[in-house]
Amino acid sequence: MISAGIDVGGKNLHIVIMKDGKVVAKGAGPTGIQKAQAAEKLYDEVLAKAGLKRGDVERVVATGSAGKRVAFAGGYIPDAAADARGINKLFPSVRTVIDVGAEEGRAIKVSPEGKVEDFALNEKCAAGTGTFTEAMARALEITVEEMAKISMTSTKSIPMNAQCAVFGESEVVSLIHQKTQKPDIARAVHDAIAGRVASVARIVGLEKDVAMVGGMANNAGFVDSLKRDTGMDIKVPEDPDYVGALGAAVAGVTAVE
Amino acid sequence: MAAEEKKQEFWRWPEGIWVNPDIDWEKGKFITAGVDVGSVSTQAVVMVDGEIYSFGNTRTGSDSPDSARKGMGIALGKTDMKVDNIDYCIGTGYGRVNVPMAQQAITEIACHARGANYMYGPEVRTVMDMGGQDCKAIGVDDRGKVLNFMMNDKCAAGTGRGMEVFADLIRVPVWEIGPRSFQIKQEPTMISSTCVVFAKSEVVGLLEQGMPENDIMAAYCSAMAHRIIELLNRLGVQEKFVITGGIAKNEGVVKRLEKELGIKNMEKAWYKKEMRDKVPFDTQIAGAIGAAMFGFAMLERGKVKSARKA
Repeated sequence: MISAGIDVGGKNLHIVIMKDGKVVAKGAGPTGIQKAQAAEKLYDEVLAKAGLKRGDVERVVATGSAGKRVAFAGGYIPDAAADARGINKLFPSVRTVIDVGAEEGRAIKVSPEGKVEDFALNEKCAAGTGTFTEAMARALEITVEEMAKISMTSTKSIPMNAQCAVFGESEVVSLIHQKTQKPDIARAVHDAIAGRVASVARIVGLEKDVAMVGGMANNAGFVDSLKRDTGMDIKVPEDPDYVGALGAAVAGVTAVE
Repeated sequence: MAAEEKKQEFWRWPEGIWVNPDIDWEKGKFITAGVDVGSVSTQAVVMVDGEIYSFGNTRTGSDSPDSARKGMGIALGKTDMKVDNIDYCIGTGYGRVNVPMAQQAITEIACHARGANYMYGPEVRTVMDMGGQDCKAIGVDDRGKVLNFMMNDKCAAGTGRGMEVFADLIRVPVWEIGPRSFQIKQEPTMISSTCVVFAKSEVVGLLEQGMPENDIMAAYCSAMAHRIIELLNRLGVQEKFVITGGIAKNEGVVKRLEKELGIKNMEKAWYKKEMRDKVPFDTQIAGAIGAAMFGFAMLERGKVKSARKA
């Protein structure tokens, strides 16, 4: 039984191919403007990696904010459902998933069977999303990866007043002018996003175990800030940005069975 | 380097200066000044016995005291008046506590209400101050006193900063956006993202799809008008209604706001008829006017003493 999961997000595209319950190939790339074409292209590349043809795949399931544009998919599941299924496959003990991507942040309450019990979403505001980090990294003139690293060396907690990403950029610039150290600013940025994300997560309740997925889960500095804010331990799977695509592939198997 | 020099700052708007040629300040009894140090722009207004003598309008720098000095320097630049000749100066705006020449600070909400009363007259009941980094809907009485207000200072959507970000992205000078937003065949659907950051991605997408620039400007102006209306509706708009601040100069936003609201804002003209052909009507100086008027009223009633040094 071969299935494919395709996650078309605000900025990035992820594809997972599963064979008999195991991941056999995966790939990622930017979504770009022509989202459907980008998905087609990446799909063929990932299939080639696994030595498969389109005809070998029994079920293709899409997810993500632009997932419905994937014409060759046989089905579509919402992001929250994909996250729930994906995390359940990796960590069955997880009851709360926090997913922070480029342009969205969401928290999902997951049942022991991997079903969505409740979820809360922020898709209106860049504060509390990966885009906020990118904008602040630009203002700091460092990469997001560097920012993640240096933020963990900071021991100072500086509150950021701005919630808005546009105002946040000006605030970061004035912090630089005030000779605030870059690691401290980096931590302040992560703390600010963590505050926004945690308040979304508290809507569904932070029941143990908590896991974090999505691109922002790759940012260890941010995960640290979120742990501090929630006072909880947070599990991060390997390749956290693939969890949505994995969940879609799992849903494909269930659909066929 | 050549490319660097050619880099145009599309968000930058023209600075302003005006001096009243008919006033001899040395004959005045009370000289008052208002300095409004906003998050994006700074204005200084000098009044002689409650009449506008001069004003300057500039961009706020990284330091509030410097911005206040710069604004005042522009207002007095073409006159022989010195800061020491001023009887009383009031600071207002985001940087109001950091105005070195001021004797007192008053919030910009009170000053905009008072300034709008001076500019448009006692019939004004709702003042919408659309500033650089915030936006306030203010209910006022016939003396320009604040009755209630609603404010957004958390989010760049619906503020001048949002429009500047958009101007830079689309590479059109900010003052051209209003007029060009009407050079369209049909009113487009407004930009659906609230957040300025997300709106940027949306605009890039629309440009890629080949939507005409003027239509995109119309779509952005509509979205901004819509956002501001949410605030006005929470306050409850009462006629007569006026708009102050920088966005008031953008007809693309103002006309769409009027249309959606079903209420026209008052014509941009001085309440005092004799001022109409003489004094430029700058909606950005409302706060500084209000501050200077507060100073004048306090001196007249003997509530404060003149701080004049020369």
